[in-house]
Order: sequence, then C-alpha cells, then structure tokens
Amino acid sequence: MTGGVGAPAERREGREKVGGTARYAAEFHFPGGAQAWPVPAVVARGRVTGVDTTAALVVPGVLAVLSHENAPRLVEPDDPTLAVLQNARVPHRGWFVALVVAETLEAARAGAAAVRVTYDAEEHDVALTVSHPGVYVPEEANGGHPAVREQGDPDGAFDSAAARVDVAYRVPPLHNHPMEPHASTARWEDGRLTVHTSSQGTGAVRATLAALFGLPQERIVVTAEHVGGGFGSKGTPRPDVVLAAMAARHTGRPVTVALPRRCLPAVVGHRAPTLHRLRLGADGDGRLESLVHEVTTHTSRIKEFVEQAAVPARVMYAAPHSRTVHRVAALDVPSPSWMRAPGEAPGMYALESAMDELAVGLGMDPIELRVRNEPDVEPDSGKPFSSRNLVGCLREGARRFGWAGRDPRPGTRRDGPLLLGTGVAAATYPVLVAPSTATARARPDGTFLVRINATDIGTGARTVLAQVGADALGVPLEQVRIEVGSTELPSASLAGGSSGTASWGWAVHDACARLARRLAEHPGPLPEQGLGASADTKGAADAESDFARHAFGAHFAEVAVDTVTGEVRVGRLLGVYAAGRILNPRTARSQFVGGMTMGLGMALTEGSTMDAAFGDFNESDLASYHVPVHADIAEIDAHWLDEEDSRLNPMGSKGIGEIGIVGTAAAIGNAVHHATGVRLRELPLSPDRLLTGLLDRRAQDAL
Amino acid sequence: MKEFAYVRAGSVEEATSAYAAHPGSRYLGGGTNLVDLMKLGVETPAALIDVTRLPLDRVEELPDGALRVGATVRNSDLAAHPLVRDRYPALSQALLAGASGQLRNAATTGGNLLQRTRCPYFQDLSKPCNKREPGSGCGARDGVHRDHAVLGHSAHCIATHPSDMAVALAALDGRVELDGPEGARSVPAADFHRLPGDRPEQDTEIRPGELVTGMLLPAATAGLPSAYRKARDRASYAFALASVAVVLRLDHGVIGRAGLAFGALAHRPWRARRAEEALLGAAPTRAAFEHAVEAELSAAQPLRDNAYKVPLARSLAVDVLSRLTDTALTGRDS
Repeated sequence: MTGGVGAPAERREGREKVGGTARYAAEFHFPGGAQAWPVPAVVARGRVTGVDTTAALVVPGVLAVLSHENAPRLVEPDDPTLAVLQNARVPHRGWFVALVVAETLEAARAGAAAVRVTYDAEEHDVALTVSHPGVYVPEEANGGHPAVREQGDPDGAFDSAAARVDVAYRVPPLHNHPMEPHASTARWEDGRLTVHTSSQGTGAVRATLAALFGLPQERIVVTAEHVGGGFGSKGTPRPDVVLAAMAARHTGRPVTVALPRRCLPAVVGHRAPTLHRLRLGADGDGRLESLVHEVTTHTSRIKEFVEQAAVPARVMYAAPHSRTVHRVAALDVPSPSWMRAPGEAPGMYALESAMDELAVGLGMDPIELRVRNEPDVEPDSGKPFSSRNLVGCLREGARRFGWAGRDPRPGTRRDGPLLLGTGVAAATYPVLVAPSTATARARPDGTFLVRINATDIGTGARTVLAQVGADALGVPLEQVRIEVGSTELPSASLAGGSSGTASWGWAVHDACARLARRLAEHPGPLPEQGLGASADTKGAADAESDFARHAFGAHFAEVAVDTVTGEVRVGRLLGVYAAGRILNPRTARSQFVGGMTMGLGMALTEGSTMDAAFGDFNESDLASYHVPVHADIAEIDAHWLDEEDSRLNPMGSKGIGEIGIVGTAAAIGNAVHHATGVRLRELPLSPDRLLTGLLDRRAQDAL
Repeated sequence: MKEFAYVRAGSVEEATSAYAAHPGSRYLGGGTNLVDLMKLGVETPAALIDVTRLPLDRVEELPDGALRVGATVRNSDLAAHPLVRDRYPALSQALLAGASGQLRNAATTGGNLLQRTRCPYFQDLSKPCNKREPGSGCGARDGVHRDHAVLGHSAHCIATHPSDMAVALAALDGRVELDGPEGARSVPAADFHRLPGDRPEQDTEIRPGELVTGMLLPAATAGLPSAYRKARDRASYAFALASVAVVLRLDHGVIGRAGLAFGALAHRPWRARRAEEALLGAAPTRAAFEHAVEAELSAAQPLRDNAYKVPLARSLAVDVLSRLTDTALTGRDS
C-alpha cells in the first residue's frame, strides 16, 4: 500500500511547524492567563533565611510571589528535583527559591528581580576527581544496570597481556539544550487540572502531578502535541510543570511557566561528567584477554543518578576477563539526568578511543581489530544476539568511505597548513520497549482513526505510527488519521531510550491488525459510529527476551586539523547502521544525521564548565554553549543495512533515536590522532587543546 | 518591568539633545547586544534613543581617498561594500567573521564598536563584576576565564572586547568619529577602547552624550595587503579565542609599513606597536615575524586557564604576516 512502512512519508505536521501554526506549551493563551518567572538560588549550598517580597509585590502587574513560605504543600515526590518551594534547603546553585506570577512576562521578570532572598550559605564542593573522598559504588547505575560486573581475573590477565592500553579519558558535563525550553501552561477548573507541557511523555507528567497534588489521575489532563526537542531532558517531569500547577492553584489563574534559557543548565538535568579508566590487554593478534572499564561520575546531593557509561563494554567485545565499574560522588551540583544515549555516548567514546589506541599499538587496522573481537554471544549475559551486524556496518562503511588502502601512520598527510586523517568507531544502542495501548477505528467515510498517547518530540513519530497503522490495515496512508500527545488518548510509554516507535508501533500494529480482522468479518456498511479495536501490549512488549537485543553501527570521520589554530573541521562524517527494519527512510535519516551532528558537537564544541568558585555551569546561553552550526557540518551521511530480526516487535524495528551520537566522538578523536599523532583524551577537542598538543609534539620531535 | 522612554531621532542634534533631556539614556542601533543586556538587567536605561534613522547610513569616498562609514551602516552591508572589499579586505573579513548572518544584518557600525564584553560574570547579576557594578569584585579572575584577557588586564577586570570589526579598524589606522554636546571630534580607533585599569566600567573614551557618527578608513592604508584571521570554537557564531588583523606594505623588499592588532586578548583591540616597530625595515622572513610577535607577546600575563592564547595569537600573527607577504610580493592573494 502507498505510504506504508518503508516509504519516505513526509512529516505530517511539517507544514504547521514551518508555517508557525503548530502550538507549543507556552502558546496556549486563556482569558486571565498569567506568566511566571522563577528566582534561582545564588548560593551553591545552604538555606534560605528570608524571602522579602515587598518590592516585588508592588511591581505593577505582579499577582503573587510563591516561595517555600507560602507555596502549596506537595506530597513528597519520588523525584526530589520536583519538590520545589517546599523547604528552605538549597541543594545547588540555580535551585528555584521563589516564583513570581504576573499579568505579563515582563512584569514577572521585573518582579523576580525585585525579590530579596537571604541565605545562610555553607561551603560547597563541586569538583569531581577520581580520588574524591566521597566517591562510592552505588547499588546500580541508570537503567537498573548493576554498578559492577566482573568475569575471570581481569587484573592478572591484563598484567600478562602482550599488548596493553591503560588510559584515562574525560567527558565534560554536557547539556541537552533543546530549542524549545521547558515550558508548561496550567489551569484549574472545578477541581480539575489541565496542563499543556513540553514533555517526552505526558503519562508520567500526569501520574506525577496526581501524586504531588493528591488528585486522582482522572481529574488531570496533560497534553504535549508539539515538542521542540527534548534529547532526554524532557523525559521526566521538570519543575516548570509543578510550578505552573502550583501557581495556577495559588492564584486561581491559568499560569504559564516558560523557563528562561539561563535557568535550564541547573534545573532540567545534564549529562554528568565522566572520568574513565580503560585497560585493554590483548594477545599479539589483537584478541582481547582483559577489558576493564571504570567510570567515576558525579550526582547531586538530592538525587542519585549514575551515568551508566561502563555498560556498553558489557556488550561490545569478547574478552574472557573483564570488569566494569561505576563509581559516583554526591556533590553540591545540579542533578544530572538523561541526555541522548546516556551511558553509551560517553562510554563508547572512551572504549572506542581505547580500541583505536590498541590498534595503533599493535600496528593493526582498527576495523580488523574490532572484527577479531566480535563475540559469539553477549559477553556479559551470555545470551545470543537477536541480530548483530556490527561487522557488516564496519565493512559497508569501509566500502562507502574508501577505507581500503588507508595509510595508518599518524601525522603524515598534509594539505598546506592542514593535517588530514581518518578514523572509525563502533556504535551500539540497546533495544528498549515498553507496553502501550492504542485504539483504531474504521469510520463510515472510509477513513481510519488511530489514537495513542505517543509523543512526537520532533522525530516524526506520528507519521511513522500512521504508516504502521496503514500497513496493518492494508490501506493507503492518506486514509489513516492519528492523534497523539494527550493523556485523553490510550496510555502509552514515553519518548525515550529510542523505544517510542517500537513500543507505540507495536500497540498501533496490534490494534489495526485486530480492526482489519473485524472489518474482514463485518458484513455490509459500517455502523454510524464506525468499528473499533484496541490493543494493549502488556505481557508481550515487556516480556523477558532470551536474546540480547541491540542496534549496532559504525562511524567514519575525515578531519582536517589546522596547525595554525588547532581548529578541527570534519570534512566527512558517515554512519552505517544495523537497526532492524527502517520504517521511514526520510525521518530515520534525519534521526541518524541529527545524532551524528550532536556527536560532532560532543567531539569538538560542546561542554559545560563547572565554576568551582560559584558552583554553577559557566555556559548558560546558546552563544556560549556551542552546539554545532551549519558551518561545522560538511559532508554528512547515514546509511543502513537491511536487517531482518523477528525477535523484536511486529515491525522488526530497533530504536534509531540515539545510536547516531554513540561512538561519533571517538571516530572524530581517532581521526584527529591519525591526522596529527596527538592523542587528546579529554573532550571537547577544542582549538586550545589541539594547538597545545601540536606544540608539545613539535617540541618533542625537536628534542 | 522597568519602563523606559523611546525616542526616535531624525538628526544628530535631535539625538544628542534627547540624550541630554533623558538622564540615563542609551543610543539604540541594531539592538543586538543592548536589548539582550536589558533583558538580563545589566542595562536599565531610562530612555532608548533610536539612532537608526539618522542620515548616517552611507559609505562615502572622501576627496583624499579615505572612506567614511556612517554609524548606522549595517555590518553585512559594510562587509559587502565593493570599496571596502577592494581596499580594506581585513575589515570585510573581520565583519564576516563576526556573529551570524542574521545578527550582521541587524547590527550597525556604531553598535559594533560599542558592544559590551560577553564575560559571563558581567552578564550575570548574581555575581560580582567591577565593570557592571564597580567595587563588587571580579568573578572571572578565580572563576572560569578561558576566554579572558592575557594582555593589559588589571586586578579589577580581565574582560575582553568582543568585536572583530574593531580589531581590523585598529590595524588599518581607522578613526572613530564622534559628535556630542562639545562638538564633533575623531579619535584613533586604536585609542577609542580603553584598558580596564581601575575604571573597567568605562569601555571607551566616549564622553557622556557623545554619539558615534561613523568611522574613517584612511587613504594611507587603502589598497594595502591586509587580512583578518580568527580562531574560534566553532566555524560560525562564536567569539574569537584569539584573532589578528594585519596591514602590510613592502618597500623594496623590506617592510615599509605594518599595522598589527590582536582581538580577544585584551579589554580593547590590541594594537601591537612593539611588533610593528620590530617589523619596520626588516626583511619579511618568518624569523623576523616570530621575533616581532614575540616582542609584543612577551608582555602577556596569562591567567590560570588561558595560557593557550599566547601561542595561538603568535601562530595566527605569523601565519597572516607570511601570507600577506606572499600577497605583497606576488600581487595576488595566497
């Protein structure tokens, strides 16, 4: 059927978005609507001793000032970052200590500037080091992964290995910084709460609000029809939605809280910094004997979040002896959280850089080294893979990129002042899936309506789900309407962990397949209300699999390093993926290329600097937090292998939202080494670091 | 919100008298920096005097061959102007290296000169900053200062001036033209911006009520080989980590004239007079360039986290001097 799975269908809401008619959470305007502006704490640790609202309340247009002294009491949340304005404690700089509600945004901002907060400040500690006395081994890392896994005798095997790499890498704190900041509009009517929010999953927002405000979920509606990016930072409810609901209750007015960009770094999560130690021991043929990946990271005082950066080492390579460890220190820092490919993005930077170092040490081609260490089963679990085509990705990528005949010697290719090099790295991301429900209805006018509380955060989810539905119904795509993004719809999982399409698509597929069977059995014309079917994938989608299920990929980069400035430019970036069946090549390509672009940013331009003196992140706007711009991206392309895997879901798909960022920074870093002979082990590979490295190398060569 | 008056001036006289009539006012050009600072609360003007309608939107050639650039000429128009591209390539290159296309379309010549530092402590009302609030201290000195000054900084301030254009203007021996209550005057571009000393709140030599009416590009540097080069964290829309503008003339195989200015190293575009002196009369060799640049940068006093700026500036300057020499010798851009 036209437009079904596999077709490059255009994004259904594209015209609305380009034309500016797509409404985002802060654009829902109601009679009497008010705006709010938060007041962030200006100490990194301590207590609020006073909130003087006198000056703020006389600012024309200001309606109310909320603080812990007068804000509605909440039931204690599971997520401590949502316990806003509940007590005097300041767990980190930037924590909200008040909220000003006013008739206009300008009045709210002026009011916020007029609030006088006094503090009892305490000494703060925000500097993460491997030897920090507060470092401990948590029970588990993010995602429920065990903090520590060990097989055999990794230390002994490392010590006796013929070839060894023992290196440390650093990945700085990173921020998601979606274009649309976190925003919510809330209103109470007759004891019912309606919220328009920017979130990756409204179901979780509703459940959280119900718990916080002690309301039955049936009395809350949460919508997120359009979301201007999330990258993980909107995967959990954020303070904006709690504050909006509180302020609306307190003032009796609809209230919009759109967090100012400068507030985001402290209150909507970040990728925690990770300090990696990698030890690889191999025999003379490059077969790994020992693999040790130890990660030290930070979390906040109020919430334990442990970036699971050593987890991909449990998936990637065969090694009879291994250890993977996560350690964490709770500091006076903002709470870290999910950012695109948590765990895999920083972990694979370190692992894939170390693999490159091993290949260089052995004088072996880095692709061959990876092929040689391809495991028969998932190394940590011993489970067979449902499908694993890493080698296929490496081979296909090598063919497309022109890898054959590459001169491995570093620092030997020059184009005037530029040093040129190429690099490769592998990518992996787990297959995650969660139960969801959906309904499908055939209508007498010949159209079909699919309803599911999926969230389209810019991925093209509503388009792809309509394609899945059209296929299962056996009808053209144009006949399928779809509604997503509201808790009024059948409940579904959130847009996170690259699980959306698999989870929602499964429910949509089942509902539509069921409807197709009903239609086949239905004689004559449809009744006025049409004919419906529903599906709930509980028990199926969340069933334990006997297989290890992951997507794989390979990234190739060509770089030019300017020896005058240390500036790195990526001339070519190629990704080749094996991610099951690709349901829509247009939106899939966009996901892959977007992930790769974010990976390029991680490699070269992005990073948040913890200001030890003040205890906050130095970069607080998009002029200083450098996401890549168009001029940073030259040739960039994504391809994929046809991968048949019947052990996933009815569509045979794996998630594609995150794998593009995994390993990309390593491929670029490896290319930089190939170009220059300089091995930098700290991201980003910025001009100051590169130039310093080049000068150091020149000085050594001169000796 | 803090209310402010808005006055649209039609002439320089109207603008300066409006300024006098509204204590605590600011002239408004493209607003690409001022409006941001108002949103942040760093600037709280009582009145905005919009000078974008002033008849200062032309680039005109003067009888002596100099170019006068009106203060309201937009950055993108100036960069693209054929006479500027032809005679002062460093200025065109510097403009195009700045900001983004959208910002260059809005930003004016006068505003570019008068933009404030992007020091994060200056922009954050919750932190000390002697430039924003004299006497409050400097948050950057012990804070995050990778982007800050290595030359000419003081105990009170380590901020850098963010303009690319002003660096080229300084190297080209340009002048800044001013008009105000005490009449019109012009000052050398290299002296227009100040070092922080103990008055970092004062970015420039501008006097209260004075308006930048334009800048003058002298005939003396017209048509000489000149170039601007900037190193930055990403390929566009990033302030310089270090930059350099160079104007060079060779007379019979030796350097007859050299104008050299660094950006992002100091509180003002850093005219490298010592380097220029060392270059004058020297044969244009790499060794001579390195020697000259060293003469300038040996005075640098890097902070904890910005020592890289010194070798970066050295590398940029030697590179641009070398390339301009090729241009001067062959008559072609290398």
